[in-house]
Amino acid sequence: MRPRHFRQLVSVIGLSIGLGLLAGAATEAVAQDKKVLRFIPHAGLRITDPILTTAFMSRNHGYMIYDTLFAVDDKMQVKPQMVEKYEVSGDKLTYTFTLRAGQKFHDGAPVTSADVIASLARWGKNDTMGQKLFSYTKEWKEVDANTFQLVLKEPYGLVLDSLGKPSSNVPFIMPKRMADTPANQNVPDEIGSGPYRFVKAEFQPGVKVVYEKNPDYKPRSEPPSFTSGGKVVKVDRVEWTSISDPQTAMNALIKGEVDIWEQPAFDLLPELKKQKDIEIRNLQPLGMNYMLRMNWLQPPLDNVKVRQAILHAIQQEDYLAAQVGDPDYYKVCGAIFGCSTPLKTEEGAVGIKKADVAKAKKMLAESGYKGEKIVIMAPTDLNSINQLPLVSAPLLRAIGMNIEVQSMDWQTLVGRRAKTDPIDQGGWHIFHTAWGTADMMNPITNAGVKGLGKVGGFFGWTEDAVIEKLRDDYARETDPAKQKAIATAVQKRLYEMVHYIPLGEYFQPSAVRKNIKGTLPSPAFVLWNIEKN
Amino acid sequence: MLRLILSRLVAAIPVMGVVAIFVFLLLRLSPGDPAAILAGDAATPEMIAAIRADLGLDRPIWEQFITWAGQLAQGDLGKSVLSKQPVAHMIGQRIEPTISLALTTLLFAVIVAVPIGIIAAWKQGGWIDRGIMALSVVGFSIPVFVLGYILIYFFSMKLDIFPVQGFASLSEGLLPFLERIALPTLTLSFIYIALFARITRAAMLEVLGEDYIRTAHAKGLNESTVLVRHALRNAAVPIVSVIGIGFALLIGGVVITETVFNIPGVGRLVVEAVLARDYPIIQGVILLFSGVYVLINLAIDVAYVLLDPRIRY
Repeated sequence: MRPRHFRQLVSVIGLSIGLGLLAGAATEAVAQDKKVLRFIPHAGLRITDPILTTAFMSRNHGYMIYDTLFAVDDKMQVKPQMVEKYEVSGDKLTYTFTLRAGQKFHDGAPVTSADVIASLARWGKNDTMGQKLFSYTKEWKEVDANTFQLVLKEPYGLVLDSLGKPSSNVPFIMPKRMADTPANQNVPDEIGSGPYRFVKAEFQPGVKVVYEKNPDYKPRSEPPSFTSGGKVVKVDRVEWTSISDPQTAMNALIKGEVDIWEQPAFDLLPELKKQKDIEIRNLQPLGMNYMLRMNWLQPPLDNVKVRQAILHAIQQEDYLAAQVGDPDYYKVCGAIFGCSTPLKTEEGAVGIKKADVAKAKKMLAESGYKGEKIVIMAPTDLNSINQLPLVSAPLLRAIGMNIEVQSMDWQTLVGRRAKTDPIDQGGWHIFHTAWGTADMMNPITNAGVKGLGKVGGFFGWTEDAVIEKLRDDYARETDPAKQKAIATAVQKRLYEMVHYIPLGEYFQPSAVRKNIKGTLPSPAFVLWNIEKN
Repeated sequence: MLRLILSRLVAAIPVMGVVAIFVFLLLRLSPGDPAAILAGDAATPEMIAAIRADLGLDRPIWEQFITWAGQLAQGDLGKSVLSKQPVAHMIGQRIEPTISLALTTLLFAVIVAVPIGIIAAWKQGGWIDRGIMALSVVGFSIPVFVLGYILIYFFSMKLDIFPVQGFASLSEGLLPFLERIALPTLTLSFIYIALFARITRAAMLEVLGEDYIRTAHAKGLNESTVLVRHALRNAAVPIVSVIGIGFALLIGGVVITETVFNIPGVGRLVVEAVLARDYPIIQGVILLFSGVYVLINLAIDVAYVLLDPRIRY
């Protein structure tokens, strides 16, 4: 290369580097002007429609950009949110709602009664509580742009509980043009009236989601409490960055590259606790619950005596110790509607606390069980539940059951559990899962207590007319004391028939840098009220 | 040359067609249901069935294939089942980190490996040669994720020189780009430095025994001229071949590095899509990978012709 050419090359490289440095510095400066909250969610957001799916990621995304008519406070009392006021007629058949004035969607359009009615109609097609509410609904009437009515066929005790439901599917309010999308299809846009706006241009499914403060949002004046109250946004921008490797997530938090890690792995908590700039906070105080679900269609689990034998072979402590480890973060809990909710009760909760192998063996022998193979589906890739099948297998072998643990990834399990086929054609007997307490805190939302069998039931297809009658009674009842009595009866029936086996409650703490103030405990992960100093 | 390129490109069409059919069938025959994943945990079987019908997954496989092949013929890779974003757009979002990491790794590995491979061959049997070969064994042996964590521990956590994770596009500036890409590049380079150094050494040793090298020495040419102009040029064919294959492997095989450093590349995209049974993404990315392999093989063949005039196709 001749010297003149070399000098030109050096000049070009030098100029490029200089421009690059300047561009980098400029980007950095712009970023520093804004208060950016950086958050590691528990998974990557891919489905932006929180009505289409019950995935918690989509629910949490929903809370960022949408708002709700009602919400719950930390005593699980339903409070108005988008609604200014409401009235109930003397016969309890007509509810009249008035929206708060001045609410706008992110595209500038006002929130109207038509938007609300369309949104609720779509939600009512997919959500368990929504379906129940709509089965009691005669009609929704638009009175004017800000006022609408719900007319019931008969009194229904869960109208406000349904509209203020804090977890999946949350009845978020969307513009009518979006809400008119069929309930089995993704909405075409991400426009809500909530405290943050979705930045579509920066969305990378599964990788990054960016939200900006919605300047048009008018928070309520009440202090924030769970999903209710004033949703005051104190940062300019929130970035959700999905980090799939827990070690990398921890390092990034320690280094201050991110501010909040929603769900740190339990085995990393001791290391995180040692860090002077990091706090471990329990921001989901209602907790989560593990569940062992059996398939009632598959012999021998179609026999209640076999299911009862399994119930007595199980003890929750084994599962909780294996999966969570630290007793600070779990609780033995027989209450199927959660151990920190208004319907908590231990009545009827037999077995589970201490395994009785002798009794379970005797019950199994009396059941007529002849050593048929029991297939347990075991998801190896889902760290939050992957130990549970490995605990079940020896416990059930100990009472003489012929157990086959079939390992698979979670999504294979999700596809396979929908199969009602016999075992030799891909069927199954047992799977384990986890639910947020907020998703199971009454007989209507708790999918595990449905007794609808193959038509409308949860996987496992428990068919039980008695429990369905109790669920209906609960839905009709408007007196909280009587509701609690019915819920207790549901719990007793669940244990008697062994719809599922509760495996205990656990609490997933979050790791937060100490300069982050105002994080709110809530049934869903919410990111308003947060200050970054 | 032009004929070579055109004939290879034409020959690539049936290859891609076979890949498309194979991938499509393999995915449809593997367990898992995107509709169940889409609906979520509390979905009823009816809801899942409705979603499955909406996605067309309830139709016969041949019918689904014809629909997809028709889209493909028009250059449409389809939309993600979960996010509903066009697959081409999603690949476009993820390709820059992967290409950047592959290129920086390759560049760094070649810059380091070729000279040390030449030196090892030149000093064959000496302590430098043995040292380089020993290091190359270490380079082969350390798993990428172990090395990644070690580098993060020292350079990010202790010395605070580089960020722990993430990717910055070149459009955000050269400095942020280099800051983020440095550690992943270093991590991934190790194995390629080891590979390229060994190949360079072996190829050089074969050439250094040739008569024309002895002649060059006899002519009184200095050592560096003999090594670089005469030996390396003639040893280049196998080295280029391995570098080409290395690039192809880097494009498709950096998922562990992408995960350790949280780089949103194509490797992670396809792994996530497999776990979520997002068929259109898997199909699109595998087609892309096969296209890249075809092009890299073509580039290697062209390089052979350029480097060695004796080679004819």
